[in-house]
Amino acid sequence: MDILFEHGNFALLRDGFLQTVELSALAALLALLLGTLLAAFRVSPVPVLRAFGAVWVTVFRNTPLTLLFLAAVFTLPRLDVRFSPFTFAVLALGFYTAAFVCEVLRSGINTVPLGQAEAARSLGMTFGQTLRLVILPQAAKTVMGPMSSVFIALPRNSAIAGAFSVAELFQAQASLTDLGYPIVLIFFWVALPYLAISASVGVLFHYLPQIALAAGRLVRGLSERGTPVRTETVEANQ
Amino acid sequence: MRTRHIIAATLCVVALTATTAACGKSGTPGDSAAGASAAPKLPTYQVKADAKVEGSKTFDAAKSRGKLIIGAKADQPFLGFEDLSTNTRNGFDIEIAKMIAADLGFSADKIEWKTIASANRETEIKGGGIDYYVGTYSITDTRKTSVSFAGPYYIAGQDLLVNKDNTEITGPESVKGKNVCTVTGSTSIKQIEPYGAKITQYETYSQCVDKLLTKEVDAVTTDDSILKGYAAKNAGKFKLVGKPFTKENYGVGLGKDDKALRDAISDALKAHEDNGDWKKAYDATLGLSGSPAEIPALNRY
Repeated sequence: MDILFEHGNFALLRDGFLQTVELSALAALLALLLGTLLAAFRVSPVPVLRAFGAVWVTVFRNTPLTLLFLAAVFTLPRLDVRFSPFTFAVLALGFYTAAFVCEVLRSGINTVPLGQAEAARSLGMTFGQTLRLVILPQAAKTVMGPMSSVFIALPRNSAIAGAFSVAELFQAQASLTDLGYPIVLIFFWVALPYLAISASVGVLFHYLPQIALAAGRLVRGLSERGTPVRTETVEANQ
Repeated sequence: MRTRHIIAATLCVVALTATTAACGKSGTPGDSAAGASAAPKLPTYQVKADAKVEGSKTFDAAKSRGKLIIGAKADQPFLGFEDLSTNTRNGFDIEIAKMIAADLGFSADKIEWKTIASANRETEIKGGGIDYYVGTYSITDTRKTSVSFAGPYYIAGQDLLVNKDNTEITGPESVKGKNVCTVTGSTSIKQIEPYGAKITQYETYSQCVDKLLTKEVDAVTTDDSILKGYAAKNAGKFKLVGKPFTKENYGVGLGKDDKALRDAISDALKAHEDNGDWKKAYDATLGLSGSPAEIPALNRY
């Protein structure tokens, strides 16, 4: 037990924890935005965009994350692309996870009946509007489960960054190990924060539908006077 | 047509196997007697046939297994290096491991090498995955709580490796704000941090050296023994600052409280230090860097 409170180990683990959270959150944000965009590309009517999405998914989903890190950290600087190790980590992790987010979303889009899109088009909606107002909200609801798996995997994948000069939890583990502490204790104190982060993401996704519903109600309450058609549509689809 | 292909493939495999076997043989130290050059040659070690270590479970297990399992490093030139093309290991640490093995009654072909990263050393030794470990293993008090050490067999000091044209870094005092690279979680970090350096950490020193080549870091820091190896490998590109600021006692790591084995290893080290093998091994490996080294006194605790 005393491993936590000697030689500044607590600060080491705390800083590692914060770094892991920060890295995971930024990478998750990047992955979500990029993944949604890629999914839109993959179902879009433009062949070039579809091809771009397909290539992205194929490359990033099928390359081991460690290799992606290696390529980013050790080959990009030779091409004069220089970032801090943390930025490299966010990019590698975000680009990698985006491929999975894209595929999960696309599978969700496939569950939305074709009639929905046809109906939207007959109402005169553009492709963007159809996707944003009709397809994606419904798709998002069906993919909640697999999507949570993707985002639970992300903080755990972030451990790889520890080997590439990002002072996160896994690197704190390496420092403690080198100091010669018993591996079981180190494992406990390093695994616990990872568990906490991943479990929190799981819980968040569990309550996400309710949160979204509440947010929807809030929005409706705020704009009650205007009775906007658009909000109604979104709400109906939730 | 098909049969011919199969025959050709078989012949290829046979040829390859034969070549590999030949390579393995020619790799044996001391065999290349034809070389008339003055390059120092590795010593050969007399295997003790009747070696006995009373009361050591590790030794008994190795004996009944008929093989000694030694942990080492594989990525440190002139120290502990695995040449994957010839499937051989070479370096100063490897020689130390071999001379101990010889005194324990195991010839070089009865050694099973196991590459173990720094972070996993204690775990492997405690778990019995290896019989002993020789790989730039600094004797520290914290480590002594989980493993035992025989030695020291070498005394290193932490130094800085910089690009040849670097005149700014002249010692640890001048690294303030400079980007210094070392291996993830290593003790080298603790030693350089107080000087105000920005630390970059990678899994291996070769990755750090790569970053030094692309000038993303200003210096690589760790024991001078390791740095000398890289300086020699990338001849003319780097230089050592040459001001060691710590003292690292390299020991042979083994199971805690296996006093019998520890004493046996200490005896082996002493014997080979006295008969000149130690010096020969040093001259043919780390000594190639041009700097001499002294044999440290053993610490039989």
